Amino acid sequence: MTTLNTEPNVSVPDDFYQDLIDAHRDLTEAQSALLNARLILLLANHVGDLTTLREALAAARDDLGAVK
Amino acid sequence: MKTYTHPVYEYVGAPDTGGAPRHWPVVVAGAGPVGLTGAIDLGLRGIDVLLVDEDDTVSVGSRAICWSKRTLEILDRLGCGERLVQKGVGWNVGRVFFRDEQVYEFNLLPGEGYRRPAFINLQQYWVEQFLVERLGELPQAELRWRSKVVGVRQEADRIALRISTPDGEYTVHADWLIAADGAHSPIRNMLGLECEGQVFRDRFLIADILMSSGFPAERRFWFDPPFHRNQSALLHRQADDVWRVDFQLGWDADPEEEKRPERIVPRIRAMLGDAAQFEIEWASVYTFQCQRMRSFRHGRTLFAGDAAHLVSPFGARGANSGIQDADNLAWKLELVLAGQAPEALLDSYDSERTEAADENIRHSTRSTDFITPKGAISRTFRDAVLGLAKRYPFARALVNSGRLSLPVTLGESPLNTPDNTGAFGGGPIPGAVAIDAPVAGPRGKWLLGYVDGGFTLLCFGNAVPADALRSLARDAVACAVVQVGGAAASGACLIEDSEGLAAKRYDAMPGTCYLLRPDQHVCARWRAFELGAVRAAIARATGKPAEAARAAA
Repeated sequence: MTTLNTEPNVSVPDDFYQDLIDAHRDLTEAQSALLNARLILLLANHVGDLTTLREALAAARDDLGAVK
Repeated sequence: MKTYTHPVYEYVGAPDTGGAPRHWPVVVAGAGPVGLTGAIDLGLRGIDVLLVDEDDTVSVGSRAICWSKRTLEILDRLGCGERLVQKGVGWNVGRVFFRDEQVYEFNLLPGEGYRRPAFINLQQYWVEQFLVERLGELPQAELRWRSKVVGVRQEADRIALRISTPDGEYTVHADWLIAADGAHSPIRNMLGLECEGQVFRDRFLIADILMSSGFPAERRFWFDPPFHRNQSALLHRQADDVWRVDFQLGWDADPEEEKRPERIVPRIRAMLGDAAQFEIEWASVYTFQCQRMRSFRHGRTLFAGDAAHLVSPFGARGANSGIQDADNLAWKLELVLAGQAPEALLDSYDSERTEAADENIRHSTRSTDFITPKGAISRTFRDAVLGLAKRYPFARALVNSGRLSLPVTLGESPLNTPDNTGAFGGGPIPGAVAIDAPVAGPRGKWLLGYVDGGFTLLCFGNAVPADALRSLARDAVACAVVQVGGAAASGACLIEDSEGLAAKRYDAMPGTCYLLRPDQHVCARWRAFELGAVRAAIARATGKPAEAARAAA
């Protein structure tokens, strides 16, 4: 049984996406990488459940082969 | 060194050079903390034990400095914990810095009601000296200095050891050999065995400095500090105003160059400020591995401590886990030598302590990966954690500058009798170390002081009938009964739960019984006493086959 919610869940998807892109504006690559890392840590802590986090990690890793 | 004069232990011509080789029940190679602990434990059990060491003094350099609560409890049982505590430095507070600011601090204070603190700091040479002196009080134990094992031959029913001394070589025979001869274990090499695992490509400068300073006794750890950019650093207090400093140098550093005072002094000045007055007592450059032997038992040879497993120094898991090896082994050897347990019991030394080594290696590898990130993305996440830790409590839990050593719960041990389903909601599970608590009774104020060398049934209230108590005392593998509270049962050692903490910590109700092994680990527990169940659990904990355990019941 999966616990990771992969159905639409963010209230205003387009706004969130825009905010995500905006958050990286004017940052160097290193700063962007750091921002992403912080964001992942903050969100992971919010989720909390290790099973869900592992499912998210697996889902994120899946199909990476296509991008090279 | 200003603060410590190394004792010189004289070589005494061995009485068994020439003539037929003398037979010893146990020979221990290596008089470091692990070998000494093992020899003391065996000596206290009345076993003739020969301890040989190639050197004639204690550890050069402070080396291991953090001694854990569990180590102190073990040494209390062996009669020398108090000397360490008296000489050592107590500390509870750790501070972690990232770049130029503190990101968090922790306090290890475990709460009231334990005899020993989470850690004390004391240079390894002091510990070894105290252990050597303790060993000297035991008539069964003999320690021979400048005596090096140069040959090992395992025979069917004994082991033959060639010992090299200033007077030449001689042979001794032994039933069992404990190889506690360190990270480079010559005995391991002689037997053609290996330690396997990961070598880390990093170098660290370690130095002891003598300094009178107003710094409190705290553990301070810096990631990427202004005085040592892109690397980590550690400052920790030891006895006699000696401080341990540790600087990560990176893989490309030249170890010989870095050991020169001209290189060390400016690094320390940068850390402590120009006004600091200090002298260097000892310095070394080290690399480290996270490795272990596949098996710690090879026939009649049992490997312990660094000879068997190696970890990074972050987390104080080296000497502390080695002392737990010795603690695990001594009582098993005693029972096997007495014919009260099958040799198979020694296989549980291997399975239990490899389980413990794996846990230590896992923690130690994770700390190392945090301190020395491999690759750009690891470093990004590490820095992200440190950056968040200052403001957000959740991130502090991810900061890993060494998860400090706790005793390993031997949850998978074949010696454990599993709980009846649902019987316990708390308390130490089978495989866990017994928990200390303040008590009142004839042998002192601490519960662990009543679990001192043999099997012990810790029961709450008057749970064990007098005839069962006598039966347990007369069994081949005897079991003492320590009764907490209730009317005195004849033959039981009665103690009072003076602050109510024992019952709480053991999730106890009237009638609850815990069976404790000679090394103070829980091996079974019940809500009510039953003689057959206790006997079966003792049979199981002494490595007897299942049929024998059933017959005992």
